[in-house]
Amino acid sequence: MSKKRMVNATINGREQTLLCDNRMSLLDALRDAAGLTGTKEGCLTGDCGACSVVMNGKLVDSCLVMAAEAEGAAITTVEGLAIGSDLHALQQAFLAEAALQCGVCTPGFLVASKALLDRNPDPTEHEIRYWLAGNLCRCTGYQKILEAVQSAAAQLRDNPR
Amino acid sequence: MKPLEFSAPATLDEALGLLAGTGDQTGVLAGGTDLIIQHRSGHRDIGHMIDIKKIPELNVLDFDTKTGLRLGAAVACDDLGAFAPAQKHYPGLVEGAELIGSTQIQSRASVGGNVCNGSPAADTICPLIVLEAVCVVRGKDGEREVAAIDFMTGPGQTALQQGELLVEFRIPPPPPRSSDAYLRFIPRNEMDIAVASAAVAITLADDGKTCVSAKIAIGAVGPTPILVEEAAAALEGRELVNAALEAAGKASSAAAKPITDMRGTVEYRVHMAGVLTRRAASMALERIQESD
Amino acid sequence: MEQQGSSGKGKYKVIGTRPIRHDGEDKVTGRAQYGADIMLQDQLYGHLLRSPHSNAKILKIDTSKAEAMPGVRAVVTSQDFPQGEISAGKKYARDRILASDKALFKGHPIAAVAAEDRWTAEEAAKAIEVSYEVLPAVMDVMEAIKEDAPLVQEGNTTSTLGGQDAKPSNIVNHTQHKRGDVDDGFAKAELVIEREFDTKAVHQGYIEPQNATALARSDGQITVWCSSQAPFWVRAELSALLELPLSRFKVVPMEIGGGFGGKINSYLEAPAVLLSKKTGQPVKLVMSRADVFEATGQASAVHSKIKIGVNKDGAIVAGQAWLAYESGALPSNWGMQGSMCVFAPYKMEHVLIDAYDVLTNTSKVAAYRAPSSPQAMFGTESVMDEIAQELGMDPIELRLKNAVQEGDLRADGPKFPRIGFKETLEAIKNSDHYKSPPPSAPNQARGLAAGFWFNAGMQSSATVGINMDGTASVVTGSVDIGGSRASMSIMAAEALGLTAEEVRPSVADTDSIGHTDVTGGSRTTAVTGTAVYEAAQDAIGQMKKRVAKLWDISEEQVVFEDGAFKSTANGHDPMTVKELGPKLGMTGGPVLGSATVAPKSVGAGFGVHVVDIEVDPETGKVAILRYTAAQDVGTAIHLSYVEGQMQGGVVQGIGWALNEEYIRGEDGAMQNTGFLDYRVPTMLDVPNIETIIVEVPAPGQPYGVRGVGEVPIIPPLGALHNAIYKAIGVRLRALPMSPPSVVKAIHEARKIAEPAAART
Ligand SMILES: Cc1cc2nc3c(=O)[nH]c(=O)nc-3n(C[C@H](O)[C@H](O)[C@H](O)COP(=O)(O)OP(=O)(O)OC[C@H]3O[C@@H](n4cnc5c(N)ncnc54)[C@H](O)[C@@H]3O)c2cc1C
Ligand code: FES
Ligand code: FES
Repeated sequence: MSKKRMVNATINGREQTLLCDNRMSLLDALRDAAGLTGTKEGCLTGDCGACSVVMNGKLVDSCLVMAAEAEGAAITTVEGLAIGSDLHALQQAFLAEAALQCGVCTPGFLVASKALLDRNPDPTEHEIRYWLAGNLCRCTGYQKILEAVQSAAAQLRDNPR
Repeated sequence: MKPLEFSAPATLDEALGLLAGTGDQTGVLAGGTDLIIQHRSGHRDIGHMIDIKKIPELNVLDFDTKTGLRLGAAVACDDLGAFAPAQKHYPGLVEGAELIGSTQIQSRASVGGNVCNGSPAADTICPLIVLEAVCVVRGKDGEREVAAIDFMTGPGQTALQQGELLVEFRIPPPPPRSSDAYLRFIPRNEMDIAVASAAVAITLADDGKTCVSAKIAIGAVGPTPILVEEAAAALEGRELVNAALEAAGKASSAAAKPITDMRGTVEYRVHMAGVLTRRAASMALERIQESD
Repeated sequence: MEQQGSSGKGKYKVIGTRPIRHDGEDKVTGRAQYGADIMLQDQLYGHLLRSPHSNAKILKIDTSKAEAMPGVRAVVTSQDFPQGEISAGKKYARDRILASDKALFKGHPIAAVAAEDRWTAEEAAKAIEVSYEVLPAVMDVMEAIKEDAPLVQEGNTTSTLGGQDAKPSNIVNHTQHKRGDVDDGFAKAELVIEREFDTKAVHQGYIEPQNATALARSDGQITVWCSSQAPFWVRAELSALLELPLSRFKVVPMEIGGGFGGKINSYLEAPAVLLSKKTGQPVKLVMSRADVFEATGQASAVHSKIKIGVNKDGAIVAGQAWLAYESGALPSNWGMQGSMCVFAPYKMEHVLIDAYDVLTNTSKVAAYRAPSSPQAMFGTESVMDEIAQELGMDPIELRLKNAVQEGDLRADGPKFPRIGFKETLEAIKNSDHYKSPPPSAPNQARGLAAGFWFNAGMQSSATVGINMDGTASVVTGSVDIGGSRASMSIMAAEALGLTAEEVRPSVADTDSIGHTDVTGGSRTTAVTGTAVYEAAQDAIGQMKKRVAKLWDISEEQVVFEDGAFKSTANGHDPMTVKELGPKLGMTGGPVLGSATVAPKSVGAGFGVHVVDIEVDPETGKVAILRYTAAQDVGTAIHLSYVEGQMQGGVVQGIGWALNEEYIRGEDGAMQNTGFLDYRVPTMLDVPNIETIIVEVPAPGQPYGVRGVGEVPIIPPLGALHNAIYKAIGVRLRALPMSPPSVVKAIHEARKIAEPAAART
């Protein structure tokens, strides 16, 4: 048996075949094999959410998914949020509301927030805080992130993209 | 980290065959939220990872009023949480499953993995115990059943033998006028492992007041979860007023045999076992009363 | 959001607005390159072998098995640094990076490996054989300070009041500040309260772990890419440790995922360079989260005694403080800094402050937001609360009565210039929150506390280039850790009469800009901002010459006012920088302004916070119902990032107060080395933080900026402590005030309240 494999996955709508060591996580595959370094590493233990991606419709910590499990999967990372030069409403709101300071948590928050708004376009403050509790931010105190998600939600409700 | 083999068998037989062939360096991968961390930290020496999520038998999720709930070992917590019959009939179990980790962890973590990991702080084991769940186990020699209370045998240890897989949980249908509840204590509001926990299942008599049967289990306060018969006895045959709930709480505190570790002291855990028992019992009671 | 004080409102066009940050798009699209994102051709992966012991003699390191493993390219130890005569200070610096004769704390790097992939590097590190002689370790400050405690550094003696003790000890420094006669003062005071306090070690908890990538070329030139708050300091340290001139190193600051002081010291840079020198290939090292907790700088655990004497009217007569700060296994001076903060906000006639830096077998303590002030002021603010309670005085009135203002002497000596402590107290007094009745349900209460930080000065450089279309570019050496590119653009734009969007900011590597000290100590906006302002003035001076040429008047006849050049001799329409830009080429070529600055210090900052809470007396859990923070920021440059700094600081303070701590087992090792058990607040644990920005411009600063980032972490400790007291009737006087400790305090108070007989 082999210790490496080709993993076929659709990443941000693009079919890719990645050569992965079996020890690689999906996070490693995205960053090292696909060169998509927008997804960040903060802990490798599922505690910080910096590595959040959507896999087959579910929000996951990519550090706790084996690369081999991504065979045949559809994956969305932060790099897949904007369409061309058209930023997603969440990306715009994060900029307008100053919801990032150092920005290392931002890709994870954006992907997680998108997963929330995709299923619940009008979340309450508590629902947002609960959904995002697995994403740590040490810089902002969370308030501006909350405000950005609320403002993007409102915008998307008026003008779904 | 040593080189790793990875397989994702599509059938139970194939999985059991792989398990039999690979020995103790095999890591069964459900959601991986315990296993991948243990592998990466070197806590577990794994040469071959077997992903069991493609096996149909491990993905059943089904409720029947006569036979109860069938929950495949690999079903993710968020899928259980979204399953309406489970929410309705086993709110305490759903509570336990939904407490595990964050949204991201919920997408992956399974109830099967939670109990197979063998942590006394696991959030689904106490609810499974008070619901009298049966764990269906398959090995190359066939199938056997293990009661939830017997499943965990020590910290990190379970009744599973080498080469066996947990296939599903079977949980009997709840009798009329009954409900369950699960509470744990953590210092934050999310993302923490239980310092202490309590699950309570109760059934009331026709009068809607007297408790005819109760099951109480406490977690994170001993090497394995503890079924507290004295606490149940404090409720059975009584009206569930404050005095009875207090007595049940006291019984749980008396039964708790915790250790001091980074998550809590003996003193605090003993105290909390009582508080949580009382609060979970009154939650279960309210649930029955609300559904009337 | 409210704003108070003598704001620059109306005075400025760009300052105090909220432009979109220039580096924002890269950071929301995932394009921004953080340290760990770099991937160089032919890059190797490094891994460190770390000590499993907290204190051990290293008898032998055998790397032969590791070196023989397939895929391994190099192994280095401390022996790979230039050897020979070495000063004590330099040995400390070198030993911190790679242990030589002793492993001083668990996680202390012993050796480093470079291999073709990271798994091989990790396996090879395991294959290095080290023989240790394990020694007794000491973790706790109060244990380490004892006469018979095991010595962390055999060679250490105490530097005390200007001299040096002869006897080896774990005390690095004894600092003392004395004014008047405290004994006399306490004797005269009508109320004297003395209490002891304890705080545990905490961590900055930045989300991005440390990382470094180095390439040492065969021509002797070395480049390092890293996540550092202080690239110039990294370069200086590399130059010292490797005994090579500064000009051999280029340190490239990558985007940095948080720091809060914890990314000032370098950790991985030197091992990466040593490995690259040996292999000739680039080598990348990244820490695990557990490494970050165990082996980068935590903030000191502190034991303190605070004594304050007041008159019946609340006026402070005397104050005495005794402070012992964890230093970690290598000398530092955090206690000294604490001694400068502990009584800073209050006027006192008689003062005696003794502070100690104490060696322990833990990683060397590093800066963490307002370093040393939170632990010191925790005690002060608790005692002040008790005094207010005893005197039946409003806690704000008590503080207003004693608050320092311009001309007052700080407890440790220096005289305050214009400061805004009183204005900040008034701002809270007049806030919606404070004016609303305190929560009154059972177990609910309100608490208040203040905080002080001096704000750092040091050196910065900047250039401001005027483009041929009249837009501008600003280059600084301060890494952007939370929006400073935007702030620099705002200040340059304000100076040049441009919009923030017309200024393009960038952060340069150490080759491309003059020396610039750390991003930290709240100095970036104030000091690097001053350099930007001065560089803009330099550019304006140069442009005046061009305008004079164009208008054929003398340079002295050109002034720059309201964003335009004007002629004091008649007959010329004002000309903006945008209008001048295209004419630069024909009047003498490009304009590049530059400046270097080195102010001694900048304006001190004060904050006052008020919090409403509810305690669950059965579980001991504290819920925060409402939180308001007021702070004198001098002048708010970018409003959103000022608010963000305040909110972020408060939430870190809340974590420190309620749950964060290094939990050590019997062997002294940290047990909670991950974010699951080192409990930083999640989004669900905190409410919105209301911010009140007070603006009392700092004298001597071009735009009156004070630092913003440090102060907000200080008051939450005292404010929550004081609120918990009011809710449960017990003062904990120790951090964190975690659920078990709150329950324990309640139970103990009950035992005292109901004597044993009554209970049976
Ligand atoms: C951030 C974070 C937060 C967490 N919070 C909680 C929490 O609040 N409460 C809690 O209880 N836990 C928590 N956990 C632990 C973990 O998520 C749970 O225990 C989870 O239920 C494990 O399920 P899994 O499917 O991921 O198991 P895996 O990691 O896949 O497996 C766990 C163990 O069980 C074995 N195994 C799995 N399935 C089977 C099977 N069918 N047959 C035989 N063996 C099997 C595996 O080999 C492994 O040893 C947390 C973990 C993380 C990372
Ligand atoms: S890196 Fe995956 S959760 Fe932190
Ligand atoms: S912005 Fe730095 S961690 Fe969130």
